[in-house]
This record gives sequence, structure tokens and C-alpha cells, in this order.
Amino acid sequence: MPKNPRIVLLFIICLTILAIVVDLPKIKIFGFNLSHPKINTSFFKRDLEPKLGLDLAGGVQLTMSADMSKIEEKDRDNALESAKNIVENRVNSLGVAEAVVQTAKTQSQYRLICELPGVSDVEQAIEACKKTAHLEFRTLKADASQEATISAKPEDFESANLGGKDLKRAQAQPSQDPQTPGYVISLEFNGDGAKRLEEITKNNLDKPMAMYLDDQPISWPPPVIRAVISDGNAQISGNFTAKEAKQLAIQLNAGALPIPLKIESQTRVGPTIGSGSIEKSFFATAVGLTSVVVFMLIYYRFLGLFAVIALAIYSLVVLSLFKLIPVTLTLAGVAGFVLSIGMAVDANILIFERMKEELRWGKPKLEALFAGFERAWSSIRDSNVSSLITTAILFNFGTGAIRGFALTLAIGILVSMFSAIIVSKTLIRIFWVRKIK
Amino acid sequence: MNIVKKRNWFFIFSLLIIIPGLISLSLWGLRLGIDFAGGTLWEIKFDQQEISSHAVFQYLKEQQEEISSVAQTNENSVLLRMKSADELKISEIKNKLNSKFGKTTDVRLQTVGPIVSAELTKKAVVAVLVSILAIVLYITWSFRQIPKPTSSISFGICTIIALVHDVIVVVGIFAILGRFFQIEIDSLFITALLTVIGFSVHDTIVVFDRIRENLKKYSSFSFEEVVNHSILQTFARSLNTSLTVVFVLLALFLFGGESIKYFILALLIGIISGTYSSIFNAAPLLVVWHNLVRKRA
Repeated sequence: MPKNPRIVLLFIICLTILAIVVDLPKIKIFGFNLSHPKINTSFFKRDLEPKLGLDLAGGVQLTMSADMSKIEEKDRDNALESAKNIVENRVNSLGVAEAVVQTAKTQSQYRLICELPGVSDVEQAIEACKKTAHLEFRTLKADASQEATISAKPEDFESANLGGKDLKRAQAQPSQDPQTPGYVISLEFNGDGAKRLEEITKNNLDKPMAMYLDDQPISWPPPVIRAVISDGNAQISGNFTAKEAKQLAIQLNAGALPIPLKIESQTRVGPTIGSGSIEKSFFATAVGLTSVVVFMLIYYRFLGLFAVIALAIYSLVVLSLFKLIPVTLTLAGVAGFVLSIGMAVDANILIFERMKEELRWGKPKLEALFAGFERAWSSIRDSNVSSLITTAILFNFGTGAIRGFALTLAIGILVSMFSAIIVSKTLIRIFWVRKIK
Repeated sequence: MNIVKKRNWFFIFSLLIIIPGLISLSLWGLRLGIDFAGGTLWEIKFDQQEISSHAVFQYLKEQQEEISSVAQTNENSVLLRMKSADELKISEIKNKLNSKFGKTTDVRLQTVGPIVSAELTKKAVVAVLVSILAIVLYITWSFRQIPKPTSSISFGICTIIALVHDVIVVVGIFAILGRFFQIEIDSLFITALLTVIGFSVHDTIVVFDRIRENLKKYSSFSFEEVVNHSILQTFARSLNTSLTVVFVLLALFLFGGESIKYFILALLIGIISGTYSSIFNAAPLLVVWHNLVRKRA
């Protein structure tokens, strides 16, 4: 701790103001429209809107198991990754904001977990998640004009009778050829596919060949056939970056390695139950906080006031962290936050009780203050570390609601240590000790 | 006040709470929710007012649908329970209900397949055991500099006994609640248990920390006196902390809504038990341990 507590106080004030700015809801006061800012830099983007989970916003959560029986062992991870990517694209095109698609793998099971908060047409959303990807290669229609070869539109193409079932796998790799720098995608076709490809490349030499996933063209403008390919090993080059090439390979693999998805578990929450829960948990949090404030003020009087101020700063900082990280709030998450308030107060109580004891033993105020903080520290440290151990285990063990709870509780515990040790201490040192002197 | 001297009374009180719970647990077990047992929970709201759960159950039974139960949740909404149902089954039942009772909306629907539920159960047990082990190790390490002849492992073990006490209290009470009030446990219950574990240790450590400090300070006093003194010194803190947490939890329990009600109840029971066990069980147990070791020496 620096010698001059005023510097720390300044730091705390700045931090509080920052937190308030981040926390600002959209409201109108005295004719001014207030709102939190949006962070938009090249490496850090946040819209700072509160993120609500399924149980608060309503929506659907699906746990789908992937049937990997027809996929070779070494391709399984790729297949799952591709399926995830496709499902993500589909739900995004449905206009579901905040959709989360995760892969989950245990020894024997490959799964996709889709969380679609706030979705209105549940059946449509489920269909979009479950559908297997359909990949198709298309060539120019026979009657397409000559100009179309150069600037073809998606509607100028027709099916080349070559699709996902003919493709074994796609892979992004750095180009070996100095003529075509960057990354390329190598495609490996199976026996039937190789024969078809030879035919197509012969008939369409120097013409484009487009790829469609679920009837949407991928990688536009389409690559042009440069040679007749007879061994079933094709390469797409186009000065791709590593990221672009990888993305294209994932999309192609979705067609090449189709995995049927089966819904194992699902949760649907209607929008009315969600908004009811928001109101209820908001009210409960307010009541809980108020009772803590009243208790601290009655029991510890002037000292309690510092704890209450520290608690207010604590709440502001935690909420702004929730928005910055961002943490998706669920009912369990709110409970974790509220519980961490209890722990934040605990640190203050530990210190105050110790200070009172030291004063009773006849120490002067400043010394009692330091002794209180110093002696209470080992209890605060040990007890919070053991709570952090359990939150870490919870986070690893759980999905969804449990993770949310563990995360909010852990953030709460960490910030509470800061608030009790730095914020309360500085406030008391400046305003309490000085006043008595 | 001499808490340590009256320790047997406090141990008996703990047993009075624990034993009925254990009996209930061994006779009837816990009532497992669909998170653990698998199945489908489906709350449906009828646009047409007032349809009784009984009518819905009768109708679906006539239609040969396998429904385990139908409960009324509101005057115009019901909760169906059945075996894990897939999309086809759900839309089939929905169509039937629509043609009989008019338009419906899904309030919530939760389906858990048997594989997911089996995995969750396994994970839950592992999580509880791993966290207990991690905490014992941390405490033994943290109290390594305790003056002789007290061993730091005794602090670790006594913390765990208090913690297991709290877990059994919560699980036992929920076994009773499950039997007599049909309250089920779900994955949030495991979350509550792990939180109680964290909190119980939190509480115990504060008392133990004071004992650690006082052992160095008052080396002329007997171990028993030091422990009792330490309990009394930390008494106000233990009570005040628990009170603030209990305030907050009570607010959540009363106003926080139906879906987290029993989660909060589990926390509430656990935290009250945790406060009790750290003061009246964990610290006096240290004395019991100390006396046993001394007798043998």
C-alpha cells in the first residue's frame, strides 16, 4: 500500500466512475438521453448490452448427439467442428442474436449444444439445428452466355451431380507453389467422385465451378478449373489467408463428413416466464441488498457506512465486469452474484470485528485499523481461496446454469477481496482516522 | 461461556438432525429430477381458460399416451411429466391437445435423455469428491506452521468432518422433503451442495485461523482453553456474516421465483448448518482429537 492513501482514493474514484459509465442503462434524465458507450477497437469489441440467458430471456437449448458411426476415427473432430460451424451459420441466418453453439466431447460421445435465447419460432430453430448439411458442386448452365464465364452470377449455375457424398475430406494448407502464394484448400475425392470430377473438369476447362452449401454459394467468385483432374485430388487456390482457407475447408467438410444429429435433451422456456423471472430476481436482489445495508448501519454505525460504500463500489465494478467479459446472466448467475455480496460483507465484518477487539485491548485508532486489516487478512485469504477452489471445480464440472453460477461467484469473490482490502481500508484511513485525530 | 466443555451436547444436537435425514435417505433415497433420472417436463398453457389437470390426464390416457403425471400449475396451465420424449412424440401430443382443448402455448419444456442424465450423476459425484480433497490439501498446507504438538492434518480432517456434516444435513433434509413434499433434486442442487461446501470451509477456517494465532500467543494456556477462547472471540463475526448471507438468501427464497426456490432453500439450510458446525462441531472436535493423541502418547 502506498504511503499516501489519497492516491489510492483517486484511483478508486476513477474506477467507480468508469464502472458507472459501463453500467449505465438507457434512461432519460432531465431531458438528457443517457446510455453506456460501445467499445469498438480493432482488438476489443463490446456493445455493453446486458446478456441474458435462456431462463431470463426465454428460448431453446438443445443438446444433440452426433452419430459418428460412418466417420473415420481421424476425421471425427473435423466433422464435429464443421457441423458446429454450419449450425452456427444457420441459427445466425434465422436472426437469433446471442446464439451460442458449443461442441462437447466425452470419451464415447460427440455432442453439439445450441443455446438460442429469445428465439420465437421454436420448431423452425430446432429444424435448422438438426438438419444435415448438403454440399453440391455446380457448373455453368449450358446456355449461359460467354460473358457469364467471367462474371457469373449464382443463378447461372446448375448441379454438376457432384456433392458431399463424393468428397472424402478437405484440408487447408500453405501453398507449395510460389505462383499461388498464401493458403490453398486440397480436396480429396473418393472413387466415384474422382471419375465424375475428371469428366467435369474435361468438359468445363477454364470455366468456373461453384460450391454450394445448403443452396448458398460459398467462396464467391467461384474458382476456375485450370486443368483436367483425373486422380481425385483437387486444389483450390486463390491467395487465401490461413483463416479464409480454414473456414472454406470447414464448410466443405460439413458436406463431406455429414453427421446425423439427434436431439438428446432440450429445454424450452417461454418468453413470459423469462420476463417474470427478471422482475422477481431484480426485486429479490434489491431486498437482499437493502437488508444487508440496514444491518451493517445498525450494527457497525459509522464503520458500517464505509462498508456500505465499499459494497456499492463492489456492486458497480462486478456489474461492469459482467458486461465487459461478457457474462451471460441466468437465474443461477444472479444467485451467485447475490451470494458473493454476502461474502464481500463478510470480509468487512472480519476486519471490523478485529478492529473492535484491538481497540478494546487499548490500541490507538490508527494502529487498531492496521492490525484489524493485517490480522484479518489470513482468514480472508484462506476462506476465499477455498471458495475459489470450489468455484473452479464447479466451472469444470458444469454446463450452462452451473457454469454461470460458478463464474459470477468467482468474479464476486475476487472483487470482494479488492473491495474489502483496498476500498474500505482507504476510506477508513482517510475519513475515520483523520476525523478522530 | 464454555462451549468446548459442553461439546457432547452440541454433538448430540447435530446427530438429532442428521439421523432422521440418514434414515430417510436409506429408506427412500432422494427424489431425482429429470436432470438425473431422464425424462420430459412440459408446462403447457391453454388459451381457453381453466382446464383441469385431471381432464388432461384422462384424455391423454384414453389416447394411450404414456404420461406419468399431470399437475396443475395455474388455472389454465398444467405440467406434464413423462419418459424422455423426442420431437415427434412432443408434436404428436401437442396436436392431440390442440384438437381437444384448443390452442396451447409451451411455457417451458425440458427433455433429458438417459445418457446425459447418467453422465451428470457421475460428474456430480466426482465434483463433490474432488473439491473435498482439494480443500483438505489446501488447509493442511495452509496450517503447516501450527505449533507442536498439534498437527496440521487434524485441522484439515476436522474441517472435512464439519463439511460432511453440512452436506449430510442438506441431503438428509432433502430426502425427507422429497418423500413428504415431492421436492426433487436437480443439477442446481449439486451447485448448492458445492457452494455449501465452500461456505462451510470458509466459516471453519475463520475459527481455526484464530486458534492458530492464539496458540502462538497464549502458549501457557491449555489447548482446550485456547480453543474455547478462540470460538468466543470469533463468535460475533460468525453470527454476523451468516446473518447477512441469510438475509440475502431469504430475500431470494421469498421473492426470487419458483425455479430457484429449492436451490436457495438448499443453500439456506447448508449455510445455517455450516455456521453451526464450524462453531459447535469443528473446533470442539479439534479438542477431542488433541485429547486422544495425548492419551495415547
